Amino acid sequence: MSLGALPSLWAYAVAFWLFVCGLYGVVTSRNLVHLVGCLAVLQSSTYVLLAAVGHVPHGAAPVFLERVQGAVVDPVVQAMMLTDVVVEATVSALLLALDIQVDAHAHTLRPDRLSRLRG
Amino acid sequence: MRARTRLLVFGAGASVLALALLAAAARLPRGGYPGPYGTALNRVAVQERHATDVVAAVTYDYRGFDTLGEETILFASVAGAVLLLRRTRSQWQGAHDLDSMPDRAASAPNEALRLAAVALVPVTITFGLYLTAHGQVSPGGGFQGGVILASAPLLVYVATRARDLARMAPWSAAELGEAAGLASFVGVGVAGLAATGSYLANVLPLGSPGDVLSAGTILALSGAVALAVGSGLVLMLVAFVEETIRRDGGGGR
Repeated sequence: MSLGALPSLWAYAVAFWLFVCGLYGVVTSRNLVHLVGCLAVLQSSTYVLLAAVGHVPHGAAPVFLERVQGAVVDPVVQAMMLTDVVVEATVSALLLALDIQVDAHAHTLRPDRLSRLRG
Repeated sequence: MRARTRLLVFGAGASVLALALLAAAARLPRGGYPGPYGTALNRVAVQERHATDVVAAVTYDYRGFDTLGEETILFASVAGAVLLLRRTRSQWQGAHDLDSMPDRAASAPNEALRLAAVALVPVTITFGLYLTAHGQVSPGGGFQGGVILASAPLLVYVATRARDLARMAPWSAAELGEAAGLASFVGVGVAGLAATGSYLANVLPLGSPGDVLSAGTILALSGAVALAVGSGLVLMLVAFVEETIRRDGGGGR
C-alpha cells in the first residue's frame, strides 16, 4: 500500500512545482504574451492535481469495454480535468486577443508601461 | 517606489495563499480518493446508461448540466475573442486580398507542405469524427473530437493560402456551427425536460453497451459539443490568422 501511494505523492509534488513556477512567472513577467504562457503553466498544475486526487493504487482506467479486475480510478475528477483543459484553452485565446488590442492601442506589451490611462 | 509597494502587496497576499495551500495540502487524499461518487458511478454507469467509458458518461450525463455551463464559457470566450479581433475587419470574403500580402505570397507555393496536408487532412477529419462518435464506448468524446476536427482547416491554412482556408471553413458556416452546437445541447436538455420532467434526462434508445449507436443522449450531446468546439476553434483561428496577416503584411502600425 505504501508503495502504491508513492505515485500519488510524486504527482502532488509535480503539481506544486508547476503551480509555483507558473506563479513566479506571472508575478515577474515583463511581457503580456509571456504572462499568458505562465498562466497556462500555472493552470496545468490543476490537471496534475486532479489526476492525482482521483488516483487509486494500481487502479485501471474507468473504461469497461472489457471486464476490469480490481480497483478503478475515479472518473469524476477526470471529467473535471477535461472541463479544466477546455476552459484554460479558451481563456488563453481570449487573453491573447486582449494582448493584441493592448499592443494596438498602447504600442507596448510591457505591463509596467501601461500605467497611464489614455483617452 | 511603486514597484516596491506592489511587491509588498504581493508578499502579503502570497503568504496568506501559502498558508491556505499548506492547509489544503495536508488534507490531500493519499493512495486512493475516499469520495463515494466515482466508485458508485463506476459500478452503475454501464448498466444505467449503457456507456462503457464512464468519463464520457460523467461529462455528458451525470454532470451534463456542468458541461452546459462549460459550453457557455467556451461560447462567451469565442465571442469575446472574435469581438476583440474584429476591430477593423471588413469581411472574411476579403481573403483574396490577404493572399496578396508579401509574407503569404512568399510562402504559398510549397509542394512538400501541400502534399503533407493532402495526406493529413482526411486522416485528421476521420480521426476527429471517430473520437466524437466513440466517446461513450472508449476514451474520447466531443471535446477531443472537436479540437481535432478544427485542426484540419489549420493544416489547410499552413499548407496553402488564406483563400483555401476561407473556402474550407467559411466564416458564416463556423458562426452557424458554433451557435447550432450550443443550441442543440440546450435542445437535447429541453427534450429530456419535456419527456420526463428532468432537464438532460435520456430520451433516446440506449442500445447495447459497446456499440457506436448506444448510450442515447450521451452520443447526441457529444456530437453537439464537437460541433460547438470545432466551430469555435475555427472562428478563433480565422480571426487570429486574419489579424496577424493584416498587421504583418499591411503595415498596420
